[in-house]
Amino acid sequence: MSETFDAIVIGAGPSGNACAYVMAKAGLNVLQIERGEYSGSKNVQGAILYADALERIIPDFREDAPLERHIVEQRMWILDDKAHVGGHYRSDAFNEEKPNRYTIIRAQFDKWFNRQVREAGALVVCETTVTELIKDAKGKVIGVRTDRDEGEVYADVVVMADGVNALVANRSGLKKEVTPESVALAVKEMHFLPQDVIESRFNIGEEEGVVIEVAGSVTVGMVGTAFLYTNKESIAVGIGCLVSDFTEAQVRPAFLLEKFKNHPSIKPLLAGSEVKEYAAHLIPEGGLNAVPQLFGDGWMIVGDAAQFVNAVHREGSNMAMTSGRLAAETVIEAKKAGKPMIASVLSAYKKALEDSFVIKDLHKYRRLPKVLHNNKHFFTDYPRLLSQAAETMLRVDGEDKRSKEKKITKSFRSTRRIGGLIGDMFNLARAFR
Amino acid sequence: MQEISIKVEEKLYQNRYMVDEGRPHISVKPHTKPSDALAALVKVCPAGCYTRNETGQVEIAPDGCLECGTCRIVCAATGDIEWNYPRGGYGILFKFG
Ligand SMILES: Cc1cc2nc3c(=O)[nH]c(=O)nc-3n(C[C@H](O)[C@H](O)[C@H](O)COP(=O)(O)OP(=O)(O)OC[C@H]3O[C@@H](n4cnc5c(N)ncnc54)[C@H](O)[C@@H]3O)c2cc1C
Ligand code: SF4
Repeated sequence: MSETFDAIVIGAGPSGNACAYVMAKAGLNVLQIERGEYSGSKNVQGAILYADALERIIPDFREDAPLERHIVEQRMWILDDKAHVGGHYRSDAFNEEKPNRYTIIRAQFDKWFNRQVREAGALVVCETTVTELIKDAKGKVIGVRTDRDEGEVYADVVVMADGVNALVANRSGLKKEVTPESVALAVKEMHFLPQDVIESRFNIGEEEGVVIEVAGSVTVGMVGTAFLYTNKESIAVGIGCLVSDFTEAQVRPAFLLEKFKNHPSIKPLLAGSEVKEYAAHLIPEGGLNAVPQLFGDGWMIVGDAAQFVNAVHREGSNMAMTSGRLAAETVIEAKKAGKPMIASVLSAYKKALEDSFVIKDLHKYRRLPKVLHNNKHFFTDYPRLLSQAAETMLRVDGEDKRSKEKKITKSFRSTRRIGGLIGDMFNLARAFR
Repeated sequence: MQEISIKVEEKLYQNRYMVDEGRPHISVKPHTKPSDALAALVKVCPAGCYTRNETGQVEIAPDGCLECGTCRIVCAATGDIEWNYPRGGYGILFKFG
């Protein structure tokens, strides 16, 4: 391969696929390089797909994308060792013509998305790992080196869409290494059950889905959350905590997953299922502070590689697709105007991100990682107290309700002094503002 | 903490891999006493790839690696391990992800 491409995209996850698709659709000569056997074979997600981000790229994706179920019910549970308390939201309004959220299976979804990239005209090369960037004498990125023989290829611009580990940018000195405090390790299993069993167990119709988001004692005091999502014929169940917490607490991730699956509120939902896969993946959780320099001479960085994840709302793939699209549009604009792919021109990408929900949402929650990190009792004391409070109020045992209320207040105060309680509420409210 | 017995190997057994025979993508640098970071990997690696040998060194058998990158990040500051992606096409092949 000696020709020079308009653009090279490293990686074929949602960010790389979005980027390559948009550029190829606009007629650019695009090369996409993926290390997996096919797009999706290395990728892990819960997985909830947010329709909006994809709709802006492929408006009629619902016609043939492999979607599992659209979500009609969200359960938010706080667990202690025996119980869960929480809230559910279910609405028939989610049974709309163009549903807003779907469960997907990433290996299948990515494969489909990548087929659209090829059909749009991009050249996709799989089973090839990019090892480093090639720069000219002035330091402008002009291509990439791969692990293939004679594996050097050149382009006007290189978009790094290589995911959370972002090895290409790290090793080229364009970005600092992510720290154990700013990423979560998630482990996940796929549990298969007949479709009708899932539908009766979760009280849902044929295409409808339920998601359960979980916090509390299942993370044994570490900062983290767990989830359970319904697919057509499978249930995805997983749990993730900060890597720094795993190393400090010396907890085995597989143990944590097993503990979650065996919780009395979760176990009956999985009963009788056949497990077909065990996966692990990192999730960027550093928020806005972890976002690196996003562009330079001849390069841009998108998706997880840029650490674009909103951990509070478990949004990542939508930020990945949106950042991929905005990077593509930046290249298309520059090309049209006949401008070179240098930092001053590519800075339009950052501007576009700042005007989008990607940076706005990361900005909104910028304080949260620190607040959670410094307040581990959110994951230990509060779940226990809430569960105890619910039990105290619900158990009918001859004690009057006012005495029960006093008991609950006392249990909160004895665990966290009143100053602590107020401080917690303040910190949390501020972090969510 | 309630005791739950788990065998990670049994979990990995359900996965598909294309092992690059004789070309491990991760290696532990020679050491006499492992650093805290390196020692932590014995528990923290989700695939249980790291073990302690009889003389106390940490060893890796990366065949079951899920390519998450956790060990890479934990040991980035200490430089205890050499980490690369497997060659293109090799390693874990997620059926579902
Ligand atoms: C357990 C879990 C649950 C999640 N749940 C949700 C959810 O419900 N909703 C949501 O929106 N987000 C969720 N996320 C986040 C979401 O998965 C990510 O934000 C998203 O996948 C990022 O897309 P990406 O394209 O940037 O990176 P990736 O999907 O990681 O893609 C990177 C691609 O680059 C390839 N690659 C890497 N290095 C190289 C190289 N050197 N050469 C060639 N190719 C390379 C990889 O093989 C891969 O295909 C979840 C994540 C996890 C781990
Ligand atoms: S990359 Fe992940 S699965 Fe592989 S050895 Fe390191 S910690 Fe274990």
